Amino acid sequence: MSDLSDLYQQVILDHNRNPRNFKRVDLANRKAEGNNPLCGDRIQLYVQLDGDTITDIGFQMPQGSGCAISKASASLMTDAVKGKTAAAAETMFQEFRDMLAGGTNAPGKLAVFSGVRAFPSRIKCANLAWHALHAALQNSAQPVTTESARDF
Amino acid sequence: MLDTTRIRPDFPILQQKENGQRLVYLDNAATSQKPRRVIDAIVHYYSFHNANVHRGAYALAVEATEAYEAARTAVARFVNAWAREGVVFTRGTTESINLVAASWGRTNVKRGDTVVVTAMDHHSNIVPWQILCQERSATLRMVEITEDGRIDLSDFGRALEAKPKIVAFPYVSNALGTVNPAAQLSKLAHAAGAVTVVDGAQSSPHLRVDVQTIDCDFYALSGHKMLAPMGSGALIAKPALLEAMPPYHGGGEMIERVWDDRSTWNKIPHKFEGGTPNVEAAVGLGAAIAYLEQLGMEKIAAHEQELARLTIERLSQIDGVTVYGPREHRAGVVPFTYGDIHPHDLATILDKDGVCIRAGHHCTQPLMRRLGVAATARASFYIYNDVDDIDALVTAVRKAGELFGVPA
Repeated sequence: MSDLSDLYQQVILDHNRNPRNFKRVDLANRKAEGNNPLCGDRIQLYVQLDGDTITDIGFQMPQGSGCAISKASASLMTDAVKGKTAAAAETMFQEFRDMLAGGTNAPGKLAVFSGVRAFPSRIKCANLAWHALHAALQNSAQPVTTESARDF
Repeated sequence: MLDTTRIRPDFPILQQKENGQRLVYLDNAATSQKPRRVIDAIVHYYSFHNANVHRGAYALAVEATEAYEAARTAVARFVNAWAREGVVFTRGTTESINLVAASWGRTNVKRGDTVVVTAMDHHSNIVPWQILCQERSATLRMVEITEDGRIDLSDFGRALEAKPKIVAFPYVSNALGTVNPAAQLSKLAHAAGAVTVVDGAQSSPHLRVDVQTIDCDFYALSGHKMLAPMGSGALIAKPALLEAMPPYHGGGEMIERVWDDRSTWNKIPHKFEGGTPNVEAAVGLGAAIAYLEQLGMEKIAAHEQELARLTIERLSQIDGVTVYGPREHRAGVVPFTYGDIHPHDLATILDKDGVCIRAGHHCTQPLMRRLGVAATARASFYIYNDVDDIDALVTAVRKAGELFGVPA
């Protein structure tokens, strides 16, 4: 049986308390909103795409609407994809999803979310920001929800 | 307090573990667990009496019909219905309210009319009225709540000035635990010329309900929150209203005669029970009512209120915990938040100790907006819960505080 400390690793607790890139990006040319209708969690994602490169990225969650997993995931995601190409970010999303679906660990710091695998009810929390990023990169005007995405 | 050492063995699911721990089930406002007696009633029905009801010309079909109709009698007695013909079996509260909206609502609500709901209503007592009002170009008016989580009576009075056709409210709030003054609200609404629809999902399992004393017009209940199977439920209504209403679902059973191009309707309540009913659910509901009546609804209410009082007292001793809802007139529902720990994280951490609570918006998004929170954690009690369960809850909540470093 998995332990709580596998889920709530120090890195996750730290990013929950002090989320990175927790801001609106004024020069953003791509935006997406993500919803988890089961719990009412909402994320607003701002991406500044110059050519094919993500030069800046930030996110906001309305007061109290992000759990530790979704907030830390958004924080670590924004750190991970900043400066990368859109294609590289999409690849990371695929690796992240594969990890949560039971595959091998995602590279770098994103591996701290491997513990979420043992908590199926929380996989949608971890994926929320990534779905929003995917929508932003696709330039989709529709808000994404964790219900239209297949995480199981 | 109820003797839970005698009640708990009646519930097979409570004998199993949750994450290796004793199962501490505190999500009773979502659904209740089922006693052996209810499970056995369903098995017994299928083992010995199963046939289609109201149409078979053989002994087995008569037995099935008798079992189904006996359950109707039990529901009628349980809530002191106006008549047993005023008990329509449905899939639950949601379907009951949709039935009223689609049948009484569509017939009587016209362009420019008003329908009143409250800000503490469950989505099931909001959305059917939104759909009706949008279809009819009518106005939906939501009555505000007070700071401590009660229906704001002055705003309720203002809403009645529009002479609404329908006033809908919950007897007990699923997200706050508030027990509303149902008889008083119904009386005020009637004086303004409205019919009243009471969402009884959270009152029927926990209080002695008397629909004639409340004097509402429609009362909806769900079986699964009161020990009965999922998919069981009823609409209890004044028979004269049901007589005047058009059918909800067309099909077999609900007709009297069918011509090529038209039909005439069966008597109430069968007019509203098109198709083969969920006899198993009704039989299970009848068995659940027998179990509850044996314990006594007054004793059940007192037991849960004492558990809620103790829980509020003990959670309030933890710095950073906020408990929502009124101090008085509340049922066994305790919604709370803890510092900036998101309720979903709380629920995950509590689950590790075998403690099952609900975290989220509780299907009350308009209420959550008014409370200024995205979500709350909610512990809700029933007949098998005891002080040990509160200990487990409070211990696990403190553990969450340590893990997340909530300043003490």
